[in-house]
Amino acid sequence: MMSENNILLKVDNLVKLFPIKKGSLFSRNAGYVHAVDGVSFNIYQGETLGLVGESGCGKSTTGRTILQLYPPTSGSVWFNGEDLAVLQGKKLRQKRRQLQMIFQDPYASLNPRMTVAQIIGEPMEIHKTFQGEAKLKRVRELLELVGLNPTFINRYPHEFSGGQRQRIGIARALALEPKLIVCDEPISALDVSIQAQVVNLLEDLQQKMGLTYLFIAHDLSMVRHISNRIAVMYLGKIVELADRNELYADPRHPYAQALLSAIPFPDPFIEETRKRIILEGDVPSPVNPPSGCRFRTRCRYAKEICSVEDPELKEIKPGHSVACHF
Amino acid sequence: MADILQVTDLETQFKTREGVIHAVNGVNFSLKEGETLGIVGESGCGKSVSMMSLLRLIPNPPGKVLAGKALFENQDLLSISDNEVRKVRGSKISVVFQDPMTSFNPVLTIGDQVSEPFRVHSDASKTDALDRAVKYIDLVGIPNPRERLNDYPHQFSGGMRQRAMIAMGLICEPKILIADEPTTALDVTIQAQIVELVKRLQNELGMSIIWITHDLGIIAGLADRVNVMYGGYIVETAPVKDLYKNPQHPYTIGLLGSLPRMDSSEYRRLTSIDGLPPILLEKPNYCCFEPRCRFAVDKCRNMNPGLLQVEGEGHFAACWVNPKTGKEYA
Repeated sequence: MMSENNILLKVDNLVKLFPIKKGSLFSRNAGYVHAVDGVSFNIYQGETLGLVGESGCGKSTTGRTILQLYPPTSGSVWFNGEDLAVLQGKKLRQKRRQLQMIFQDPYASLNPRMTVAQIIGEPMEIHKTFQGEAKLKRVRELLELVGLNPTFINRYPHEFSGGQRQRIGIARALALEPKLIVCDEPISALDVSIQAQVVNLLEDLQQKMGLTYLFIAHDLSMVRHISNRIAVMYLGKIVELADRNELYADPRHPYAQALLSAIPFPDPFIEETRKRIILEGDVPSPVNPPSGCRFRTRCRYAKEICSVEDPELKEIKPGHSVACHF
Repeated sequence: MADILQVTDLETQFKTREGVIHAVNGVNFSLKEGETLGIVGESGCGKSVSMMSLLRLIPNPPGKVLAGKALFENQDLLSISDNEVRKVRGSKISVVFQDPMTSFNPVLTIGDQVSEPFRVHSDASKTDALDRAVKYIDLVGIPNPRERLNDYPHQFSGGMRQRAMIAMGLICEPKILIADEPTTALDVTIQAQIVELVKRLQNELGMSIIWITHDLGIIAGLADRVNVMYGGYIVETAPVKDLYKNPQHPYTIGLLGSLPRMDSSEYRRLTSIDGLPPILLEKPNYCCFEPRCRFAVDKCRNMNPGLLQVEGEGHFAACWVNPKTGKEYA
């Protein structure tokens, strides 16, 4: 599965800086938020790549910049042999049909004044794939596909629960038969028993339709469950990338180690014997990231070199890359 | 050890436009000295409302505590006067709320807010109270406590604010600390910091803790005993190891099954619980998990099971069916 020909999406040295404006009339730039700072990875056809990290590490920005919802500051996003970052207007819009997104908040991401038919039908109308009666038929099919009653098409979002709304969001993302779906924390806002329903649905759809996912989340246990490979982000950079089992069995980056040890296990017998690595302090501000390695301010192993030189993401074993000097 | 708090038959309702919501429907539990009690359940199951009810923090209207007793130090918290309950609240029983971003007043300094409970509950002067605040801010691991007294909440990060909340909760050295999802808004590495902190403080100060959460992972390493709530009832209560090893209520079994396991590298499909949590527009005289339950029998639709003793000491579940055999208990 993981050969050069199977690369669906290739992200190359992607950078996204957000300017900070000072002053109202004669506004000037007072610096930049380094949200995504040189991220490179591949996503292979049919796989699920998990992207984890704490809030503010740039994982959502990475997802959105890939879809060109934010124009990248530099770098390229290769999809089917074309660089999305240089495409514009109609051409970009056509490409985007194959790239869709599922959002985190099922309460905020559906327009409360649109019916389910309008919400799910909108992408088809914009791209003129289905219209009129054919469109409604397709909406009913999609509802059935995501496990909702097809007779609900004239209802409004407020008549649904959080999990059902997330299903509507998934149906909308599927409306144009995309190849890649960026799932931006699709289950964080849901209750535990509903989370499992949505995760199972995403897995079933992947099997049925051959979808590829970029699954962004902060819940590492769920990410491990759904992903084939996992990338760990810290302050705008990928610090470790590996196969799911490899990462959990043998994390190499000190941040990845700490992050994994911080996840509570739902098992009191294991919890009794576990040793936690407790990180000191908080994540530094992305406006002024530390020089050299960004994790050095909280790292147990930090040495002189870490403040001078930024470690590159290097492959230490086939399929396992780490950005650390040690 | 002796019980420090005994809650019996607690019932709370809310009047809404759609009708009366029966949020808590007869909750019984007790808390021992020095014990950590976990209360687990999904949103709307009544876990926070039951705790806020016994502290009389439910706004009336729309809420109303209909019935129940909460015995604490020979007083029934639900029948004493407002003045008396105010003496308990914040000094002997304190609460750490979920959202550290919104539970501080943004225009008062951290020092003022952390020291406030102590000023209210003792005749200490402002300087004495601030000195005491320094001690507790230091205790929760905030560096330079003296200088940070004059900071405002926005100058603190989320994890620091939650630490300051805990300092505020501890400043009167309470007998019981109620932590209402104190780490839900925080990142996992910060969550681990807070959990370690609370465990350490409990060892040092010897208080009892009620930890409300929806996260079965965090409670596994923290609690001595766990109450699982659903639809305004406690559906299962057990010592923490019994609950995870031998869950007896179908809801608990479902919850545990819907969590991915990190300790095995094999892929296992999650067992989800179908359906949705109930909307409690009537007080159910049936088991409210029945529509989502794969073990349900006729009896479940007609009669609400109370907590029944199952195998294992102190292990109770509110279910007519033995999930191991799939048959009704004889």
